[in-house]
Amino acid sequence: MSGGVVAEAVAPRATVVRWRGWVRLAADIGTLLCALVLIVFVLAALWPQLLTGQDPLAADRALILSPPSPVHPLGTDEIGRDVLARIIYGARSSLVLGFGAVLISLVFGTVLGLVAGLSNRVISTITLRLTDIGAAFPELVLAILILALFGGGLATATIAIGIAGIPYYVRVVRGETLRVRNSTYIEASRSMGLSRPAVLGRHLLPNAVRPVVVIATIGLGGATLAGAALSFLGLGSPPPTPEWGSMLSNARNFLTLGWWAAVFPGLAITLFVISTTVLGRRLQARLEGRG
Amino acid sequence: MSLAVWRVLRRLGVSLITLLGAATLTFFALRLVPVDPAFAILGAGQQQVDISPEVLAVVRQEYHLDEPLIVQYLLYLGRLVRGDLGMSYVQEQPVGQLLAAQAGPTVALALAATLLAIVISLVGGVLTAGRRLPSWISSGLELVLASTPVFWLGFILMLVFAVWLRALPILDSGDLRSLVLPALTLALPAAALLLQVLRQSLDDALEQPFILSARARGLGSLAVTVRHALRHAAVPYLTMHGFSFGALLGGAAITETLFSRPGLGRLLVTSVASQDIPVVIGVVLVGTAVFILVNTLVDLSYGLVDPRVRETGRKEVVA
Repeated sequence: MSGGVVAEAVAPRATVVRWRGWVRLAADIGTLLCALVLIVFVLAALWPQLLTGQDPLAADRALILSPPSPVHPLGTDEIGRDVLARIIYGARSSLVLGFGAVLISLVFGTVLGLVAGLSNRVISTITLRLTDIGAAFPELVLAILILALFGGGLATATIAIGIAGIPYYVRVVRGETLRVRNSTYIEASRSMGLSRPAVLGRHLLPNAVRPVVVIATIGLGGATLAGAALSFLGLGSPPPTPEWGSMLSNARNFLTLGWWAAVFPGLAITLFVISTTVLGRRLQARLEGRG
Repeated sequence: MSLAVWRVLRRLGVSLITLLGAATLTFFALRLVPVDPAFAILGAGQQQVDISPEVLAVVRQEYHLDEPLIVQYLLYLGRLVRGDLGMSYVQEQPVGQLLAAQAGPTVALALAATLLAIVISLVGGVLTAGRRLPSWISSGLELVLASTPVFWLGFILMLVFAVWLRALPILDSGDLRSLVLPALTLALPAAALLLQVLRQSLDDALEQPFILSARARGLGSLAVTVRHALRHAAVPYLTMHGFSFGALLGGAAITETLFSRPGLGRLLVTSVASQDIPVVIGVVLVGTAVFILVNTLVDLSYGLVDPRVRETGRKEVVA
């Protein structure tokens, strides 16, 4: 604990305590804001009508690329559609993709990770080598390859990003499984006469999988980013479905004429990703017993 | 000495096997497409295209599609070993030539971005580690930059520097000035991730007893960070470099498309659009090979920068 010694040598104790109080308060407010942002986005994905009266597909030819105004708070795009309405309705595609991809990575990654951590050496080695090969591809490049072979669209993009994310989960779950497997409480429950499946289901699984929840929360942002990137490249959901990435892709050609059509959808993505990251980190801190 | 050589050879062997695995995976992925492989290679898996029997015959012959699967696979590997990536039927050129023609701009972009990311993260890490307020400000910035879509960051940089300030060109004009914005777009998210990892490990390092003893000898705090803590923090930082390089490759596809720059990433995107599958697979394989190479170099460099790894052969250094 040499860290404590240095810290005490540098700052008087009372100052440290006062700082900590403020830090905790700021962190709590930040977490609350992030949770709120996330709730708003989920609401937008479920009931977009609740948040806007505008039609995301209605093009007003008289108002092409008009700047933010009371009627169109975030302006209109290159064919006169309301940017705010498109962002709100676009939450559905982006969130479906993010949650769907994370779910795919999570389920397959956990199962393969448990297999690698619990089975005999041969099966474990094969699983790990396959994982290494999957991880050898840069994630976005692998997703693009899958889309090139099997066609674009929201469903394929979700599956592609989900598959590209599997190797990371396999490694984490395997590592956790090995750690838990060799821990004393597993040994204790075995020696108390608990059957193998009981030990697996009641003790090993919950403890090995817990860190994955954190990774999945943080990974939600990453998957959404990747999905938006694929849509930006024209490989995600087809037009005219409102989607954050494809909105940016369209606005690219009109950057000098209407910055709002490009700036606000990107802001929505960034806000969403920041929220999931912050909430994920808080969850992590909670699980590790700090904060 | 011989132990070190053995370790290097072993690591290279693993990398080669991984590369072989990646090539195998792409081979079988192509066979998973639910159409005749010849059609899939010609990009007719997704859209209805009229393909002349002559072209079909050429593809069948080039990929030996009449042979058993295992023979096809071995012949495919044999061609890869000779550096033959096949033909692009859309552009009627060997894939290898197409890639070679586009490699230069992407290498320049990747090098510039990597260099920028290293400079930003090192300077940021050294200046903020162990200081409370700078650390907070910096970690806030890192969170925002790491959460920002690469293409959106590019938009913002374009808007500020090209449209509003008129300081830099928006689109590629061939000179060095037009490299600045794309390189910055790629570098900033990478730098944010690198800086997060670097400061974390610098903070850990600054709590070690040897830092206290260096301070006690009268060394200033900046000198302590640079001369003593930085080396201690090198291994996690290098690992992050290997990881972020993969994101850089994907990011190149986005950045090149956004800034209308020539390069491998743009070639990948246009080839997906025109369903030029041999080119897509070619770019993916080359990108993956480079990614594997970078990670191999990162792994091998641990021993060079951290003597404790050299002694124990383990990456996880227990402090």
